[in-house]
Amino acid sequence: MAFVTANWNPLGEAFYRKIELYEMGWNLKDGLRECLVAAAPYGGPIALLKEPQRRSPSVRPQLEIYSSSGVAMASFPWKSGVVKQLGWTVCDDLLCIQEDGTVLIYDLFGNFKRHFSMGNEVGQSQVVEAKVFHSPYGTGVAIVTGASRFTLATNIDDLKLRRLPEVPGLQGAPTCWAVLTQDRQSKVLVATGADLFILDYTSPPGLSPQATSIVHMCVSFSYKYLALFTDSGHLWMGTANLKEKLSEVETKVRNPPKQMAWCRRPKSQQPSVVIMWDGHILVAGECKNTISYHLEGVSILVPELDGVRIINGTHHELLQEVPASCEEIFKIASMAPGALLLEAHKEYEAASFGKCFLSNFPPEPFVSMCRDLRVLNAVRDYTVGIPLTHTQFKQMTVQVLIDRLVYRKLYPLAIEICRYLKTPEYQGVSRVLKHWACCKVQQKEEADEVIARAISLKLGEAAGISYSEIATKAYECGRTELAIKLLEFEPRSGEQVPLLLKMKRSQLALSKAIESGDTDLVYTVVTYLKNEMNRGDFFMTLRNQPVALSLYRQFCKHQEQDTLKDLFNQDDDHQELGNFYVKASYKEKAQIGHLQSAVDEYNKAKNEFAAKATEEEMRLLRFQKKLEEEKGESLVGFSLHDTIRTLLAVGLHKHAEQLYKDFRVPDKRYWWLKLTALAEKEDWEEIEKFAKSKKSPIGYLPFVEICVKHHNKYEAKKYVSRVTPEQKVKAHLAVGDLEGAADAAIERRNDGEISTVLSRCSPSTDRALVERLNRAKATAAKK
Amino acid sequence: MAAHLSYGRVNLNILREAARKELREFLDKCAGSKAIVWDEYLTGPFGLIAQYSLLKEHEVEKMFTLKGGRVPPADVKNIIFFVRPRLELMDIIAENVMSEDKLQPPREFHILFVPRRSLLCEQRLKEQGVLNSFTNIDEYILDLIPYDGDLLSMESESAFRECYLENDQTSLYHTAKGLMTLQALYGTIPQIFGKGECARHVANMMLRMKREFAGSQNQILPVFDTLLLLDRNVDLLTPLATQLTYEGLIDEIYGITNGYVKLPPEKFAQKKPGEGGKDLPTEPKKLQLNSAEELYAEIRDKNFNAVGAALSKKAKIISAAFEERHNAKTVGEIKQFVSQLPHMQAARNSLANHTSIAELIKDITSEFSSFSLLSLSHFLNYFCQVLPFSSRVTSEVFFDNLTVEQEFMTGVDTDKVNTYIEDCISRKDPLIKILRLVCMQSVCNNGLKQKVLDHYKREILQTYGYEHILTLNNLEKVGLLKPQTTTRNNYPTIRKTLKLWMEDANEQNPNDISYVYSGYAPLSVRLTQLLARPGWRSIEEVLKMLPGPHFEERQQLPTGLHKKRQQGENRTTLVFFLGGVTYAEIAALRFLSQMEDGGTEYVIATTKLINGTSWIKSLMDRPEAQIS
Repeated sequence: MAFVTANWNPLGEAFYRKIELYEMGWNLKDGLRECLVAAAPYGGPIALLKEPQRRSPSVRPQLEIYSSSGVAMASFPWKSGVVKQLGWTVCDDLLCIQEDGTVLIYDLFGNFKRHFSMGNEVGQSQVVEAKVFHSPYGTGVAIVTGASRFTLATNIDDLKLRRLPEVPGLQGAPTCWAVLTQDRQSKVLVATGADLFILDYTSPPGLSPQATSIVHMCVSFSYKYLALFTDSGHLWMGTANLKEKLSEVETKVRNPPKQMAWCRRPKSQQPSVVIMWDGHILVAGECKNTISYHLEGVSILVPELDGVRIINGTHHELLQEVPASCEEIFKIASMAPGALLLEAHKEYEAASFGKCFLSNFPPEPFVSMCRDLRVLNAVRDYTVGIPLTHTQFKQMTVQVLIDRLVYRKLYPLAIEICRYLKTPEYQGVSRVLKHWACCKVQQKEEADEVIARAISLKLGEAAGISYSEIATKAYECGRTELAIKLLEFEPRSGEQVPLLLKMKRSQLALSKAIESGDTDLVYTVVTYLKNEMNRGDFFMTLRNQPVALSLYRQFCKHQEQDTLKDLFNQDDDHQELGNFYVKASYKEKAQIGHLQSAVDEYNKAKNEFAAKATEEEMRLLRFQKKLEEEKGESLVGFSLHDTIRTLLAVGLHKHAEQLYKDFRVPDKRYWWLKLTALAEKEDWEEIEKFAKSKKSPIGYLPFVEICVKHHNKYEAKKYVSRVTPEQKVKAHLAVGDLEGAADAAIERRNDGEISTVLSRCSPSTDRALVERLNRAKATAAKK
Repeated sequence: MAAHLSYGRVNLNILREAARKELREFLDKCAGSKAIVWDEYLTGPFGLIAQYSLLKEHEVEKMFTLKGGRVPPADVKNIIFFVRPRLELMDIIAENVMSEDKLQPPREFHILFVPRRSLLCEQRLKEQGVLNSFTNIDEYILDLIPYDGDLLSMESESAFRECYLENDQTSLYHTAKGLMTLQALYGTIPQIFGKGECARHVANMMLRMKREFAGSQNQILPVFDTLLLLDRNVDLLTPLATQLTYEGLIDEIYGITNGYVKLPPEKFAQKKPGEGGKDLPTEPKKLQLNSAEELYAEIRDKNFNAVGAALSKKAKIISAAFEERHNAKTVGEIKQFVSQLPHMQAARNSLANHTSIAELIKDITSEFSSFSLLSLSHFLNYFCQVLPFSSRVTSEVFFDNLTVEQEFMTGVDTDKVNTYIEDCISRKDPLIKILRLVCMQSVCNNGLKQKVLDHYKREILQTYGYEHILTLNNLEKVGLLKPQTTTRNNYPTIRKTLKLWMEDANEQNPNDISYVYSGYAPLSVRLTQLLARPGWRSIEEVLKMLPGPHFEERQQLPTGLHKKRQQGENRTTLVFFLGGVTYAEIAALRFLSQMEDGGTEYVIATTKLINGTSWIKSLMDRPEAQIS
């Protein structure tokens, strides 16, 4: 422990250290010489393509993929075109950018996934240089062609190519360039000579006048800072928007560097840049000092969030500013609490022991930090090979780490970590298991039965498992039977439907959709079936699924009337067919024809009533039409009631009478009807005639009331005497004859009626009457 | 703003807030100024969730009604369609999008489906070639809308028709989804009871959905102890009867939509001295009705015959409060008085409004109020003034109608043709009124003799037109009208066992739920009451006579969420009426909640608030020719 600080180098206020991560497990004959190398950030995988320029078909270059610790993950001969650049996506996929502008995508294990092109115009001039960059929008690719044209795609998963404007005066490839992400846009920064182009012509503030050309540049991990290296050996550091200069360091080296990278941890006071030449690297910060390290063999720099990794043929190292906490603990003569705990640990072999002496210190950070460290150590293990710092871990989140482990098929470790960190099952274990299952279904050598059983055993009832996703994967691998078996485990029937449809298991899809209760889904399947099947089969299918059938009927009712008819026909549903024709008769011209069809159907349905009623309707319609022609009275559309009423209103009494008889209208109703119609005409004479024609089946109170309603009390009074005794009081009151009402009520000795009359009397004007009524009430009460 | 939602046993404001949050999130997704194009049907229900002010805060500058042609010009960045997932609406939207003026600066289109997005509709938009014109296609899951402190409604007008007539169970799927949302916010409901086919279907879907989300366990302490799912067709009788509570009558006579009622303006004219009656308002008076209004909360569920007393008591209290000013002597006392003024004035306005409404209702119902079949005689003199002749007639109509209803419900002459119904047909009274009565007779007689049924049908067809054969057919399909198949009428058994008719209903100080229909105790609520105590096992026989299965399900709770009931703490039951509920039934349930020894408090949910008229209307089929 005493030697912890031995490899610390001061730079300005801070210290830098270079620590070994791994002795590489690979065995490379020539180290990284003549290799295209791409190492993914966050301790990601490393891809190597040896002698990429070799074109002979007999000796093809080899593409190799290793973990960060140099453990081989894939190796295969490169059979495609000449690769200009390798790079990794945020999801650990390998991008191989070819000279002709084609980009091929491989997974971690060297399986080809897909390809895309950076544009047709590339072909002729060819890609001279390419860069892969990462931004919040995903993984991007930028290329520059021999014709000095830049093309850029911000997100390869949502490919939109942008051809950037020409750089004035640029011939051939620029000396150096970089991709920036600013203001939600990806831009290319190009240097020609001592000038920089973004979109506008600009030059960095305070660049040393000796410099005549910018020979190298690099952008920081966060796109915030830019470093430029000039032919005069100056390193310019500033903000990426070129508004501010941080410092300029003279390196005294005039060779263009092989690679440069920002080495800066978040929140650090001073950013610095690592510059690499053959055989050595230099760390330059804001102060004028630099740190120099010797390098063995060909190396590459991998910029990270909080440092730079250095990989060569045999070793893998991390160069970083010593984190503040380490500095506190290990700095010589430090008295910080951490340093004291370290001392305690040395003495008592228990650091957490000291924790007891800290009051008011919540234990959670300590516990969670210990957990994090344990996870970090587990993934840094040589066999896993993901060397992460704590800062990187926090930035990438557990979720992403789990994803990365899953990509590497390290399922057990991923599950262990999820359980250890108590990640909710839904986001943790279940997700890992799903990936495992998706991988499992691709194992061609195993039988469907075996795989399905293995998967269901392992996944069981784990929360939030999407069996349909696994089944989709199986189907994509051409294992339909397995997919169907897996789908049976899916508890969400709705989820099963799309895949079942894709697999042409439409009947099954239909029953699953019905099972889900989601009618929209049922509709979707039904629409699909309708397009897939011939009409007969389609109808047969529906017939076996009443729920789907009713929904389809609903659909047809609004959208396809004719189909609706066919459906009823197929089911011999004569009642509904009858209704269908009735409806049609109101919409279309051939009314009688439709109604006749309705009658036929109702008869077939043995609905005698409906058949008769519809026949009646036809009769009425014929009558109305005939009368319309003869008399010019507009009647069609009227009910029987309204027809008779209209006839009475215009004085066609005979015709009214005819309808009354023909349609066997009940007497009571006809009397009401005629009375109302005549009263509306105020044909008092005819009413009187009517009243006398025979004994009224509705009594005579309606006569009284209707006259009163039409403000003819004189006429009303004519009928009062004919009203039955029970209704007399009402009749007298209706014509405003209080006296008569009183007489009738008293005669009937009815308490309720007497009270009603009383309530209509005013005490001032009808005093005598009130007295009489009260007396009668008293006698009535006695009895 | 929505304080009345949080007064109840269950704070329904949580649900409203969740809905508002989701709405805000969607609006913010469409950055910049926006105009909303409304499916007209949605504006009412949305009003219960968010006022215009909320929309305005999120840059909604214009609102239009969805119709064909071009969306009116509006200088906004976004056009958002708020629509139900219906194909016919998709066609209109497509037309809107295609006729957008290409010369104007482009506007971004979005669709918000309420309550759920639909593959079918998206397919239709695709066929119309406009699917790619939409930047956002999203869904706004608005299943259960908080209506009042103890009331949730899906405001789905056609739910009953779809479920029972057309066998389209879409609304039941939404119900199950809505109940899942409710459980996500208020905890898993440990016990589910149900009666009816639809209830069974909803419960099955809920249990299935729960399985589908297995693992993501709900850690909320359950607020509801029990869920009771009731099919409307288990109790077809209740909605047919005229509701006699204050709120029920307002709904019967004027219709309450989305918590608002429109009333004839005459009674609300502000008469200022010296102005005379010159400027009578002609616009209907629109009033919001919910428990936020103290007086309304007090009287809404009373039998109308008890409203007068309550109003006059309130009037006395208010005038006494105003009289207090004479006693205020010191500055401090005056200050105290003044500080109460706004509240008192609000109370006085509220009193004035409800006195006017009560007068309006009284004009129509007064015979009921003064005299009724079963000595509903304690009506107040206050309402017994001599009425003008015209309203006398309407009130007679109301009374006669009620008499017949009560005869049917008590089983008087339900097997014969009823003369009153015949007379009403002869007079060509409104068809819906006739249908209500005929259906009621059929339900109370467990079907009508073929001869009787055919007679009614023939009378109706001849009087109102043959096209109504379709409506009659619908009523038969849902079981409201039916020919008697067995000679045995089991309605009297049901009535007696469940005590559906109470001879001595006390309207002023009720002691039983039958007060809401002045004698008739709603079957649905009786079932609810008996479930709580002594349990359905005691009425197995009757349950078998009612349609559909009855069942009980239990949902496992995670350990640690089992409620430990305090001594005397009431249980909370959510009663879900599939196919609609009436205000009188709600009143009856509220009455049960308030009973001192009840032991159960009820929260009510439904697909739609209905009354007999709106319900029958939803079942009518009008051939297109009749509409124009």
